[in-house]
Amino acid sequence: MAEQKIVATTGNSLVAEAFRQCAPDVVPAYPITPQTTIVEEFAKFVAQGRVHTEYVTVESEHSAMSAAVGASAAGARVMTATSSQGLAYMWEELHIAAGLRLPIVMANANRALAAPINIHCDHSDIMGARDTGWIIYFAETAQEAYDNTLMAIRVAENPQVMLPVMTTLDGFITTHSIDRAQLMDDETVKAFVGEYHPENALLDTDHPVSHGNFAGLGGTYFEFKQAERTAIDRSLGVIKSVGAEWSAVSGRPFDVVEGWGMEDAEIAIVVIGSTAGNVRHIARELRAQGVKAGVLKIRVFRPFPFVDIAEALKGVKAVAVLDRAESFGAEGGPLFLEVRSALYDCTTRPAMVNYIYGLGGADVKLELIRRVYSDLADIAGGVAEPSGLVYLGTR
Amino acid sequence: MPTIKELAACEDRLAGGHRLCAGCGASIAARQVLLAAGDNAVVTGCATGCLEVSTTIYPYSSWKTPFIHNAFANAAATVSGVEAAFKGLKAAGKIPADKKIKFVAFGGDGGTYDIGLQSLSGAMERGHDMVYVCYDNGAYMNTGIQRSSATPFGAWATTAEVGKAQQGKEQRRKDLTSIIAAHGVPYAAQASISHWRDLTNKAEKAFNVEGPAFLNILATCPRGWRTAPDQTISITKLAVQTGFWPLFEVEDGVWRQTVKVPNRKPIEEFLKPQGRFKHLFKPENAELLASVQAEVDRYWNYIERRCAE
Amino acid sequence: MSKWDISSIDDWKSEDFPRGAMIPEAGNSADYVTGGWRSERPWRDESKCTQCLICWIYCPDSSVVLNDGKVVSFDLDHCKGCGICAHECPSDAISMALEGCELPEVK
Repeated sequence: MAEQKIVATTGNSLVAEAFRQCAPDVVPAYPITPQTTIVEEFAKFVAQGRVHTEYVTVESEHSAMSAAVGASAAGARVMTATSSQGLAYMWEELHIAAGLRLPIVMANANRALAAPINIHCDHSDIMGARDTGWIIYFAETAQEAYDNTLMAIRVAENPQVMLPVMTTLDGFITTHSIDRAQLMDDETVKAFVGEYHPENALLDTDHPVSHGNFAGLGGTYFEFKQAERTAIDRSLGVIKSVGAEWSAVSGRPFDVVEGWGMEDAEIAIVVIGSTAGNVRHIARELRAQGVKAGVLKIRVFRPFPFVDIAEALKGVKAVAVLDRAESFGAEGGPLFLEVRSALYDCTTRPAMVNYIYGLGGADVKLELIRRVYSDLADIAGGVAEPSGLVYLGTR
Repeated sequence: MPTIKELAACEDRLAGGHRLCAGCGASIAARQVLLAAGDNAVVTGCATGCLEVSTTIYPYSSWKTPFIHNAFANAAATVSGVEAAFKGLKAAGKIPADKKIKFVAFGGDGGTYDIGLQSLSGAMERGHDMVYVCYDNGAYMNTGIQRSSATPFGAWATTAEVGKAQQGKEQRRKDLTSIIAAHGVPYAAQASISHWRDLTNKAEKAFNVEGPAFLNILATCPRGWRTAPDQTISITKLAVQTGFWPLFEVEDGVWRQTVKVPNRKPIEEFLKPQGRFKHLFKPENAELLASVQAEVDRYWNYIERRCAE
Repeated sequence: MSKWDISSIDDWKSEDFPRGAMIPEAGNSADYVTGGWRSERPWRDESKCTQCLICWIYCPDSSVVLNDGKVVSFDLDHCKGCGICAHECPSDAISMALEGCELPEVK
């Protein structure tokens, strides 16, 4: 295992470090709270001459992703970062980056979407991007944000995948709080991420190719979308094997879903992002009281690890899914819909409740998590029925 | 300044077999611009529009250069990314430091004057070494002749209709060339497909300057202008001869008319052959016709003033 | 550069296509015939032609064929019969003739 430096720093700072260590050829970026410190720190690396990167200070997020698409098709390793309204502004480009099969890596500081305008954490922005063809990682901590970024470039550039990847971290909670983390040395990271060898690059002027063509007549559009589906399905195995490789180097375990106490859990909470820490804290308290509480944290949301989730939840009596995003008019939040779908083929399905929580950075107090476990205990014990969708913690 | 014989010795980088309409001005503009690149390696980008869609119908591409289409609003941002990749990969030592590539982006007036203006402005301001070419046919032709900010005052379009209450477009054309010149780019010019020597000369200059260059090229759309396909060149010639489309360049802030028009023809001569202006010739629209002439005079005088500075 | 073989494209499955709808051969639209759109075809009177190349510089379909810097023929696979060449020819060397029935095959 490689020697690592212990640092006390923010998630954004570690993402910027990860970018630097991946040595992107191009970073087109536009500032937006709470992503800003990533692009600011990277600008310092540029000014200090610590990276060879061509840093393109675009005039909007739409142009950030447009330039990223151009640069990636040209044959460059490309990384960028955004958040919230910026991610929404990129929407058409997200589809194009994936459709053109370009291995761009982007960090997203998860933040609420207007209106009303709000700069704090929830997952509305990222959940809006869930069907764009991007692979999506979630980080609980600054350390995970760092590790995810390094793994992301390997997954994106894998010839069996060739898809863009978003590595997300929760706005302010993970982006701005000082956290303890281990930072790998540059040489080890360089060896791990490897060099990018582009195919069909625009800058290979001796072999001119055409990108972004019109597939509207004759029906080939359908076949290209099928190929995209095949690639993202196939990426799950690549994500796991790259994760195992990075685990061996870093000493930190990785899986697409990570359970705590799930071996014999009777009640469990499914959660993504920074809230997993609070949930685990309460589960630990409950365990000490003899309650068989578990936590299932989802670290990769796209491709959605259906089988891993079904496997982890199959013996549980009652499950709560915490959604930090809305899917207005749907049966529940986006995570709930997918977790419930993952369990459909199980012979014994747990009772399920959906909690929408923490929108726009609303505080995720420990007592709220306690309440969720207490509801689950009532349902598992047969003294209460699942209550349907619950807004957790509103006034 | 290349002669036609010298141009003929260069590679024609737009192959036949594209699906643009017979008599389309956009492909004439693209051919002439690319001929002016001479022997240089070129990478081409294109905004969504007629030129893009008709030249890249899968599995056929008409571009003999590396080519990328991304979306409607972002040809300039996309090509600025390609150009940035060139610099970044040179800095990484993955492309030889002495390798030279010219970068060019094409967009119609909808993709340039309107939805792509922000992306274009950004790319021009950042100073990418690229040429942006607007083929200006004065409307959203690909979607069926809707008005754009490049549509001339008084012209009919499917979203600037002619009826009892309205006689075509009620606003003047946006002067995009001046807007781009105001960015302080090393080269900006207005050209017409009819004046091939002036056009290729300007394109050559645009390719040769270091930094961003902009060409606004008047290019007929026979469908939208309601002209016969064989009138494509003659109608743009009239646009120049009437002063509707002054040919000028702005080189490092210095304005110059490249084609003088000592005796401008009346604007009617440009309007009359085009079906999109036919309502202007109804007796009750005489005043409107006079104000079209006044608008042409206003812009002409403005350009003359700038060039006299 | 080897030519991209698309002869069996109708039988291709999704993973047989180049990734991301990329076209690996530049300018292969030359294989696509648009000559069938034409109702009139250009005809050049060699005795009048001064080889000024005006027809060539204005052709929207790259269909004026040059050899050694001189106009030799029209590419009737791609010429759409717009008539710009005939209209712009300064020496009236090109005229448009009604197209006959022997049109190139349209792919």
